[in-house]
Amino acid sequence: MIAPTKPDLVTVNIDGKEIAVPKGTNVIEAARLVGVDVPHYCYHPKLTIVGNCRMCLIEMGMPAVDPATKTPILDPATGKPKINWIPRPQIGCGTNVSPGLHIRTQSPLVKDCREGVMEFLLINHPLDCPICDQAGECKLQEQATGYGRGYSRFVEQKNVKPKRTQLGPRVTLDDERCILCSRCIRFTKEIVKDDVLGFIDRGSHSTLTCYPGKQLANNYSLNTVDICPVGALTSTDFRFKMRVWFLKQTNSIDTESSVGANTVVWSREGTIYRITPRQNDGVNDTWMADSGRERYKQVRAAGRLTTVKVNGNDSSPQIAVNAALHFCKDGGVAVVGSGRSSVEEQWVTKKLADALKATTHLVSRVGPGDGLLVSADRNPNVRGALVTGLIATLPTAKLASLAAAIDAGQIKTVVSVGEDLADAGLTAAQLAKVTIVYLGTHANATSAAAKVVLPTLTVFEKSGTLVNQQFRIQKFTKAVPAPAGATDDLVVLAKLATAAGATVPAAELAAVWKAIATEVPALSTITYANLPETGLLLDATPWAALPFVEGESLHFKPAK
Amino acid sequence: MAVIPVSRKPLTLLERTYLPQIAGGLKTTLKHFFAPKDTMEYPEERPAIPAGYRGVPTLVFDPHGREKCVSCQLCEFVCPPKAIRITPGEIAADAPTAHVEKAPKEFEIDMLRCIYCGLCQEVCPEEAIWLQNVYTTSGYSRAELVNNKQKLYELGGTLPDTHFKWDKKKAAEEGGNAH
Amino acid sequence: MADFYFHLPALLRFVLQGTAVILVLFPLAAACSMAERKISAWMQNRPGPNRTIAPFLAWIPGMGVLKRLGLFQLAADGGKFTFKEDPVPGHVNKFYFILAPIISMIPALTTVAVVPFGAYVTVIEGQQVLMPIMLAQVDVGLLAVFAVSSLGVYSIILAGWASNSKYPFLGSVRASAQLISYELSMTLSVLPVFLWINAPGGAGTLSLLEVVQMQSGVGLQWDSVWFVFTMPVSAFVFLVALFAETNRQPFDMPESEADLVGGFHTEYGAFKWSLFFVAEYCHMIVGSGVFVLLFLGGWNPLPGLPLHLLADWMHIMDKPLLMGLLGIGIFLGKVAAFIFFFMWVRWTLPRFRYDQVMAIGWKKLLPLAIANLIFYALAIAWIETKA
Repeated sequence: MIAPTKPDLVTVNIDGKEIAVPKGTNVIEAARLVGVDVPHYCYHPKLTIVGNCRMCLIEMGMPAVDPATKTPILDPATGKPKINWIPRPQIGCGTNVSPGLHIRTQSPLVKDCREGVMEFLLINHPLDCPICDQAGECKLQEQATGYGRGYSRFVEQKNVKPKRTQLGPRVTLDDERCILCSRCIRFTKEIVKDDVLGFIDRGSHSTLTCYPGKQLANNYSLNTVDICPVGALTSTDFRFKMRVWFLKQTNSIDTESSVGANTVVWSREGTIYRITPRQNDGVNDTWMADSGRERYKQVRAAGRLTTVKVNGNDSSPQIAVNAALHFCKDGGVAVVGSGRSSVEEQWVTKKLADALKATTHLVSRVGPGDGLLVSADRNPNVRGALVTGLIATLPTAKLASLAAAIDAGQIKTVVSVGEDLADAGLTAAQLAKVTIVYLGTHANATSAAAKVVLPTLTVFEKSGTLVNQQFRIQKFTKAVPAPAGATDDLVVLAKLATAAGATVPAAELAAVWKAIATEVPALSTITYANLPETGLLLDATPWAALPFVEGESLHFKPAK
Repeated sequence: MAVIPVSRKPLTLLERTYLPQIAGGLKTTLKHFFAPKDTMEYPEERPAIPAGYRGVPTLVFDPHGREKCVSCQLCEFVCPPKAIRITPGEIAADAPTAHVEKAPKEFEIDMLRCIYCGLCQEVCPEEAIWLQNVYTTSGYSRAELVNNKQKLYELGGTLPDTHFKWDKKKAAEEGGNAH
Repeated sequence: MADFYFHLPALLRFVLQGTAVILVLFPLAAACSMAERKISAWMQNRPGPNRTIAPFLAWIPGMGVLKRLGLFQLAADGGKFTFKEDPVPGHVNKFYFILAPIISMIPALTTVAVVPFGAYVTVIEGQQVLMPIMLAQVDVGLLAVFAVSSLGVYSIILAGWASNSKYPFLGSVRASAQLISYELSMTLSVLPVFLWINAPGGAGTLSLLEVVQMQSGVGLQWDSVWFVFTMPVSAFVFLVALFAETNRQPFDMPESEADLVGGFHTEYGAFKWSLFFVAEYCHMIVGSGVFVLLFLGGWNPLPGLPLHLLADWMHIMDKPLLMGLLGIGIFLGKVAAFIFFFMWVRWTLPRFRYDQVMAIGWKKLLPLAIANLIFYALAIAWIETKA
């Protein structure tokens, strides 16, 4: 472990409160540390500073120093050092702290400035709030309430601009609402390195647009919607679907790859409406890929399994578990675990495999990594399988060893935990040779061929943990209730394992974690409850030699 | 604080017999016996509905026949008994009111839940929902008492408008607002 | 027709007479319940029940007036009471529970046997004799009324006890105490009347017919003044005691819905409950009748203008049927007015507290009745000796 270097601290005075902040911090961040809100639009902590919205204007000053003696001059009235205030306001985002800096964020001048800026911003802003999707999470709304003058002096006609420009396949632009903060432009340029956005025309005719012939089509385009402080950039998918104040926010993890971007799932009454990134400076900053935002659609997708089936007939979970065990009692069992299962499920899967004396396999999913937030390993939790001991080596492509064993006739029964074996590489002939027990969420070739089908849940309907490419264990939480007929994977696996003779605790996270802590040394100090929202880095040295497929991405460098 | 004892005036003998009071009471009731009746015989006689009466909530059109509701869902949010349920929708780009962009796809008010508080009317930024003078709702099933969008517009009809906010907006759009 | 009737066997005649009286009294009691509702409504500026009408009658002209008077509501209520489910709670003593409403009807309908409600003149052995219209012409008269009507309290006690529930029980206990308290004053209050009508030395009578006879004088003389004028305190004490005896407001202790839910009939419903009500109204009717006979001149239209004089003027002295009807009409008119007074008081006065009821009965009314008796005994003795 490398001890973090102690940052140089600088003492500043914000509204009379002294605080020591790291050198290089700007005034907005420093003020945030003392609990003072400096309103801003264009400033974003993960983007460069342009200072074009002027909302963060503050007053600053330095203690006066006698030029002759170099000692601070004291105010005779108060006995405190005299401050030389700069007569003009400064922007907070573009001003870095320096020792002895004094800042006023509540002075009449600052209030005047904010009122003035708000008035200019609102001159051409349409009165769209009733139909605007940003309403409720709109900085302009909040700051007009907090810092605006409360009434309009503008009697002329407002500007008219295009209302439904398609910037790309997923982003719709309402130009009238744009306040020209340029966050989206800087994001595409600096983070995605896909510099397609820009302003054209001048003054109040300024318009955000794409470079001619190009589209905002990259896989991170929806982040521009997230960072847009107003309702100018809107998600075409979420547009006019639901007002944000109805939505319940649930912390979750993006399962599209081993990056494990932190997300928030927004749902109302059991329906998920959108997924947005959640800030985790160790994983995904404040971004996530567009592809991960669409994954909520699997919850209501066609082909969702909701009935327990044994030999193609509707059945009950208990009968299905008994039937599954019946198929497994003669030996020759293979358990295909999943890199998409949670750590807890993988641990119980391992218990099941041990009880059945089965071989264990994992499906490998590899795709091109984009170097940012989608990695090459498209399984979110391969490292979880390593940590829990479900597998010892990285999975091979196309389930090669399992295919060979089936061909050799050693395997009679395959228990698949959410994996489509046909998609993973087994041929129809191989599937036909074995009895399949399938636990899964959606219908596919494997569920069609399976003798026993047990419907389970998607990541949005259950709680658990995942281990990402950094060996960071992170938790996700149940956002919506399970559909009728489907059972939590953990419950089904625990039932199977118990019926097979393994000692498995009650299928409930706290109990499972107690057992995991005693059996898995790497996780001995962890419980689901004490796991921080930003996750916990595990010691990766036991697996350092394995040839992981991920390349470099945001906040991650491969070991070799 | 000083306590001021107030002694009750002792009753006279006549008062203690109760009889004058009883006679007075009998006189009063007899007066009412012949007085005109105060009861309104409801189905035949109807009360005059005062201005500002809070009857059944309805949706209204503006004088040009545009549905005023833009499905902002503020009424759904403010509704204390959660009687309102809105499914928002987008107005097609080729519709005459395309510049409004948003309109309810479905709008349901459960009259079994509604408490006629009028908060929906108060909160509506488009003056689209009004508690008007209909005060009788009845039905044989729960489903019947959920007013859907069509029913709400039937009950609401057209109300005068003083702003024509969206018409002005459309005019500005067509004028191009060169400057 | 009259001849045919009088030639029937006596037993059959009595049965027919009795049935006729019951057939009149029973609906009259029911009509009283309707009148109660209408009168209460009018006193409260309401129209009262005015919607019910049988659809097959609606086309008849004039039915609207009856409808607005609530006449058909009576039929609807009767039908409802008869046909609705008659619950018997599980915790009651079933036998006495069912017996109580039946018993309540017996004294209510029996007392009417000794109450004369009209008179006609017949010629017996060449002499015109005024014959009362009544079921049983007995000399004990008023004593029979008192004796039988006080049995009514047994039904209330039985109902409260059989209900096996605290509020009914409290109601019945109150009823028994209240009835005993007020019976004393009631009896004492009428004694002056009989002191007056019974000449010393002669055969004594308690006959109500005699009481009416003593108020049937023509013109200005002692006999023509109704007793309410000569014995106002007696009338007053009797009136108050009558309210208490019939459990009417403000002496509504056994029912007292404000503190006892429904009092003695809390556990009753449907037909059994309606029997209690009919019995209460029967008591009221009979009580009113007795008061009218004792103090308001019975069937005599006005003080100094007795029935036979009116009949003479109308030339119906020799038509017993018409004269009888006239007498009954006048009598029933007075009774109806008196029942209205009952209801008028009910919808005017609030209910007394139970301790007040007892205090009034024992500490006010009883001394007053005794003082009254002593005063009239002395007064009558003085008048008699002077005469």
